[in-house]
Amino acid sequence: MSGLLIQGGTVIDPSRNMRQRADVLLRDGVVAAVGMNLAASPGDRVIDAAGKFVTPGLIDLHVHFREPGDEEEETIATGSAAAVAGGFTTVCCMPNTKPALDNEGQIEFVLREAQRVGLARVLPVGAITKNREGRELSEIGSMLSRGAVAMSDDGVGVADASVMRKALQYVRMFDGLIMQHCEEPTLSGGSMHAGVVSTSLGLTGMPPEAEQLMIARDLLLNRTIGCRYHVQHVSTAWSVELIRRAKRDGQNVTAEVSPHHLLLTDEACRGYDTVYKMNPPLRTAGDVRACIEGVKDGTIDLLATDHAPHRAEEKELEFPDAPFGIIGLECALPLYIKALVEPGHIDWMKLIAMMSSEQARVIRLDRGTLKEGAAADVTVIDPELEWTIDAKKFASRSRNCPFNGWKVRGRAVMTIAGGDVKWELNG
Amino acid sequence: MAESSAFRWTRRHLLSLEALSAQEINHILDTAVSLKEVSTRSIKKVPALRGRVMVNAFFEDSTRTRISFSLAASRMSADVLDFSEKGSSVSKGETLIDTARNIEAMGIDIIVLRHPAAGSAEVLARTVKCSVVNAGDGAHEHPTQGLLDLYTIRERFGRVEGLTVAIVGDIANSRVARSDLWGLTKLGAKVILVGPTTLLPRSFEALGATVAHDFDAVAGEVDVINMLRVQFERIKSSQFPTVREFTRLFGLTPERFGRCKKDVFVMHPGPMNRGIEIGSEIADGPLSGILTQVSNGLAVRMAVLFLVSQAGME
Repeated sequence: MSGLLIQGGTVIDPSRNMRQRADVLLRDGVVAAVGMNLAASPGDRVIDAAGKFVTPGLIDLHVHFREPGDEEEETIATGSAAAVAGGFTTVCCMPNTKPALDNEGQIEFVLREAQRVGLARVLPVGAITKNREGRELSEIGSMLSRGAVAMSDDGVGVADASVMRKALQYVRMFDGLIMQHCEEPTLSGGSMHAGVVSTSLGLTGMPPEAEQLMIARDLLLNRTIGCRYHVQHVSTAWSVELIRRAKRDGQNVTAEVSPHHLLLTDEACRGYDTVYKMNPPLRTAGDVRACIEGVKDGTIDLLATDHAPHRAEEKELEFPDAPFGIIGLECALPLYIKALVEPGHIDWMKLIAMMSSEQARVIRLDRGTLKEGAAADVTVIDPELEWTIDAKKFASRSRNCPFNGWKVRGRAVMTIAGGDVKWELNG
Repeated sequence: MAESSAFRWTRRHLLSLEALSAQEINHILDTAVSLKEVSTRSIKKVPALRGRVMVNAFFEDSTRTRISFSLAASRMSADVLDFSEKGSSVSKGETLIDTARNIEAMGIDIIVLRHPAAGSAEVLARTVKCSVVNAGDGAHEHPTQGLLDLYTIRERFGRVEGLTVAIVGDIANSRVARSDLWGLTKLGAKVILVGPTTLLPRSFEALGATVAHDFDAVAGEVDVINMLRVQFERIKSSQFPTVREFTRLFGLTPERFGRCKKDVFVMHPGPMNRGIEIGSEIADGPLSGILTQVSNGLAVRMAVLFLVSQAGME
């Protein structure tokens, strides 16, 4: 069978701390060889990667693909297309669809549909509770056995402490992973971060304590249970500190951040443009600094997107009524370069680790590496390419992107999954 | 005022007082002074806006603001349309923007918007070509109320600069408090916001106000007291326990009034809850400017409609 020879690039493989010029040969869906001066066989496609980085396929454990229920916002097909256009070969989709992914049939539907589409690998996250209502546990064991990669009620947190304790205990039985959207609903309920800006705009605020309270509660509940526990979209300084202390105490906790919480603050909400309305909301400059510090010192493990498509008509509603969320798959890589690599907070090795091998570690996936024999998921990145983010050109079905028009540097130029080229720039 | 006579007004919309300069605010007040005289004539009309159409687009209950704008427009000879609908875009199934585009398509020159969502006037102004005047957007601003308060204070004292003004009550949810705060501080007054901690977050200090929770402690030092209307639904959300306790702590009672300066000026944006936030004998007393506020509202709104439509012509 013919293969792919990626020639002359710089391989960045955090799974073995490797950064060096090397060719990568992919054959039969796996990495056949990584080394200097590899030879192509007849029929192999040779890809010139001079000046490019060759990395494990990027992974994002936090996306919303809206299918079933809101297919006019995104589908597994359009979401997968957006994923590969952003350099992602594996994504985990959240269960807040209509109906929710809360049973094995829904889990199987997502896996089958993603396979039919055949672009990115889409791994479903099952709902912790039936219909994400926070009252009764869903059939967690059945969903995990059918291929659910983790459990979450994302969009909301599990508010009831008794239900949450049982969820941690129950998921622990399967050595499964809980991802929590941390927001105490009795304390939240506004439409932007509670602070000076919300006071001046007359909008109801979402206090940072709503996020911190649920993180603190879950860490306390889980202290003796020890379930694998992951904090989704960390956004406040005290959230970072709570996780830092729990890690220091040896607790089983990981955390992710989203690009917008590293690049924007609540000041962006002046003007009432709903493209800046997301949950967790944009916070203060101090929170941004703390999140960056958390990335640097390892408190935050992963760089995710929280890709959340919405129709333009919905985002045209008044600020308090418009839905939360922005899309991110097709611009996350350059945004993380801008937020973290260009200012010198982290190097490329750590960036790629937090977008591939570390993601694979958290969801225990046998990917995120270019070791010989590993699945042939590869992203080719042009680190110098300067371009302007244009949401109109996105493969995603939605356009709600606050970074539209931003000038950025660095971009995935080719995405390979299972040894097949799934997407290439201008290709 | 000499400086503002040479000033050229350029804004097509009036969305907030936060966005205006002191010079712009004074220009509106000066224009209102010259228009106030119209209401004293036997024929209470000038042709300044003849042929113009103003629509009152009110998505929230309001009587006095709507009537005041209608009367202001007719005194300027504009045609007036009324459009009232309750609720947000979500409940109607049509977005505010679509509703406004429909209104505009009928050849409207000025939309006066009252809406429950903060920011709705600003978003509307970005979308439509006609002038937009904010008549209250959620808890954000109510700029013409702020202007008429400034006008009334300036008329009473001959100045705004150097005065100390207390705004008392449910500050967090009040668009009047925000417009007053911006207008007063821009014109050089000191503003003390007074209310319970649950309805008056510390973040108001960052907007230039002094924050106080003990009305008695500040009552003696203020020149003006502006009492806000108590919203009874705040009890349900536990922002204060009972009306009785609110009155004890933050009402302008006769006893508390006795601690104020002898010539303190009392204001209220209306409608009043007599005996709750303000005692009747004070509201109807010689130091009350409450009805003067209503009269001045007319002159200020005539000035605003005139200025935004002049700018819209260019």
